Amino acid sequence: MLMDTPDETLVSAAREGDRAAFATLVARHYDRIFGLAFRLTGRRAEAEDLAQDICAALPAKLNHWRGEARFTTWLYRVVVNATHDLRRRQATRAKAAEGWGDWEIARRDEIAETRERLDWLTGTMQRLSPELRDTVALVLGEEMTQAEAGAILGVSEGTIAWRMSEVKKRLRALAAEEGR
Amino acid sequence: MTDEFDALRAALKSAPAADAEARARALALAMTNFDRLHAAGQGTADGPRPTEDRPPRAGFLNGVRSMLKSLGTRPALAATTSIAALAVGLAFLLPLRGPGPLLPVETPAAGAPETPAVTTEAPATAGRSAAAADADAAVAPAESAPADIAPVPPSVPPSAASAEAAEGAASAIAPPEQPMVDEPMVALEATEAARLAAPASPMPSALPAPLPETRVAEPPAQAIPDENTEAYATAKANPVKITAEEPVSTFSTDVDTASYALIRSTLDMGLLPAPEQVRIEEMVNYFPYSYPAPDAGQAFRPTIAVMPTPWNPGTSLVTIGLQGALPAVADRPPLNLVFLVDTSGSMEDPRKLGLLKQSLALLLPELRAEDQVAIVAYAGSAGEVLPPTPAGEGDRILAALDNLSAGGATAGAEGIELAYRIAAEMAGEGEVSRVLLATDGDFNVGLSDPAGLEAFIARKRDEGVYLSVLGFGRGNLDDATMQALAQNGNGTAAYIDTLSEARKVLVDQLTGALFPIADDVKVQVEWNPARIAEYRLIGYETRALRREDFNNDRIDAGEIGAGLQVTAIYEVTPVGSEAVLNDPLRYGTAADQGAGPDEMGFLRLRWKDPGAETSQLIEMPITGAEPATTDTRFAAAIAGFGQLLQGSPYLGKWGWNGAIALALANRGEDPFGYRIEAVNLMRLADSLAR
Repeated sequence: MLMDTPDETLVSAAREGDRAAFATLVARHYDRIFGLAFRLTGRRAEAEDLAQDICAALPAKLNHWRGEARFTTWLYRVVVNATHDLRRRQATRAKAAEGWGDWEIARRDEIAETRERLDWLTGTMQRLSPELRDTVALVLGEEMTQAEAGAILGVSEGTIAWRMSEVKKRLRALAAEEGR
Repeated sequence: MTDEFDALRAALKSAPAADAEARARALALAMTNFDRLHAAGQGTADGPRPTEDRPPRAGFLNGVRSMLKSLGTRPALAATTSIAALAVGLAFLLPLRGPGPLLPVETPAAGAPETPAVTTEAPATAGRSAAAADADAAVAPAESAPADIAPVPPSVPPSAASAEAAEGAASAIAPPEQPMVDEPMVALEATEAARLAAPASPMPSALPAPLPETRVAEPPAQAIPDENTEAYATAKANPVKITAEEPVSTFSTDVDTASYALIRSTLDMGLLPAPEQVRIEEMVNYFPYSYPAPDAGQAFRPTIAVMPTPWNPGTSLVTIGLQGALPAVADRPPLNLVFLVDTSGSMEDPRKLGLLKQSLALLLPELRAEDQVAIVAYAGSAGEVLPPTPAGEGDRILAALDNLSAGGATAGAEGIELAYRIAAEMAGEGEVSRVLLATDGDFNVGLSDPAGLEAFIARKRDEGVYLSVLGFGRGNLDDATMQALAQNGNGTAAYIDTLSEARKVLVDQLTGALFPIADDVKVQVEWNPARIAEYRLIGYETRALRREDFNNDRIDAGEIGAGLQVTAIYEVTPVGSEAVLNDPLRYGTAADQGAGPDEMGFLRLRWKDPGAETSQLIEMPITGAEPATTDTRFAAAIAGFGQLLQGSPYLGKWGWNGAIALALANRGEDPFGYRIEAVNLMRLADSLAR
């Protein structure tokens, strides 16, 4: 019976301490969380970590869902924000690594190259700016409308449309570059 | 459509299925945390760190925003009220015994012995939950205020160090040598150390170990940076103090009312305000009270009332009300007002710029012919919209107001500098000058650095130009920054959500809001340990002062405007009451001083006449026989309202019905309907809280 209960009802019950409701809720959405995390990061290990972090934080976080958006929309936003946070931390780390000397830089370059060769998707996604990556992951990966994606990323529908056309442009440029 | 585009779509669509094992792990962890959370019974024990993430299109504002952020928070408030910044993370509360309600205890209570599994997991989960808490952070703004998002530069919170270390180990990158791998261990050891060092809890397993154990283990030195927003937001309610150990309580007055209007606006949206939006002193001070007027020649007069605590039969409430003198309105000095109006794009909203125009138009008829008004707009470029104009020329002023329109990015520094420059030009002998900053909170009135802005406003304050802040609209209201600016500018911060609120702030209280009668008003209460075992100041968390600051005239504090009231409420527990939370010390206290007068305590007030260098002192005993009035009982109901919203542990079973009944019974005359509005808000909150 719980399986048919709408998300919003499950959330309210979970907030009251209903264990079964919460279990149903996480189980129902884990794949969605992981999927989007993967599309945003392009890496399984990172996506798994992110999904786990989000699940772990979800009990406390549910209290912050104000019900002004659909639960899934809110959840997508949680994933997007968690990813942004991860990127920020990675940026810090990358920054911290500057000045570690040539050895470290060479090592990183090598890692980056290997990764690129291994995974066309990751390679392509890496060449897009973070905003474009987010947009693509939601619009192409999650098959959202531009309006939905805009709501999750906190930008207007028009911005999403612009970003998508930008993605096409970049991809063409990339293809031209590779063809050379 | 290009091939690459389709290839990308296909690649994205074929995201790998989730790994069953990883899935199981994540779900198990989620359940563990769920159980802990609900066993602990405090839903927000580890609420998200409210940092923000704003789309890069706003990136060019970041520097200024983060600057204002770092200004507008606890440290800035602390600077003005001169608390030394406290290391929040390490606040060990004394464990309580007896029937008293559970207090939020930050130390990991003795959860370890019963749950060895958790302990052994700690190195892994510590890093992980820190990362989770961190990931959490980005969420808060998205939920509450999508527009208000700032890419605070890679703020590495203290816990992130270990979080990253854990990630480093887990991710594909080979763990770069020892030190990083070690960190989680260090965190664990420190946690253990903290656990050992913590006073043994007399309440076995009262709380399971809180999730982010690492937080406890952070060295205090690291606990401060970038936690700014949170540090303010989570400013803890004042704890119960033991009179024998700390008999003196000192704080600065606060006449702001912004918190109440914010709460009202949040409730009207059908949401319960977050605890960090609740500042009880601002709620209590929102309402006019009819305390006895001061004698001629006195700036204000304190009134004390003692009554049984509505929510605890074993304690009493001591209400200290200060009534500011109301100089004859006819005698008021000419007033120079500079409206500094934010016309940045975000103000484009009938409830922001529209309401602002209406509000200022309401104010105009209250001014006199000899008063002057100037308007400065800042957006794109700061500009003088209206040169200093006598208030008698209402048409010109109204026309200038009407011409304000939102648009463009904000030009930071110039606006506020220009406003102050014009205010200085307008100032004449014996006149009062004030800059009224009207904004939706996204005001990038930055000078080059936060300290610079703070010092600038403080310097202008000393030159006699005051600053008040009016907040409009919701979405990116930066409450903390408003507070900090107004505190530095000796002004009030008010939040205007409706036209009637504008009337209250700008018209009914025109004199008070615009004419200070006393500066640097400080309150100090010394409780008599022979009569009072414990006490607790309700509210004024951001206004605490050190004991020695009371007599130091160089320490800034709040001001009181003409005719305004300030109310502070203590909950005190008499010696011998069943409600005493702390057991007496086995070996007694050093100072069991004898006799002394049979008083509950002693009240001292210091204030300066506006512009004066040295302070004056009022002293009076608190005997315990001072009668309560309708006003003080209503104030108690509002204090209860605020504590209910905060989820205070001190209220016991007392709930919304109690607060509503108490407020209704003590509505008094309520000529403006403020009090019945509060009752209706309580009813609304009651329904929303169910």
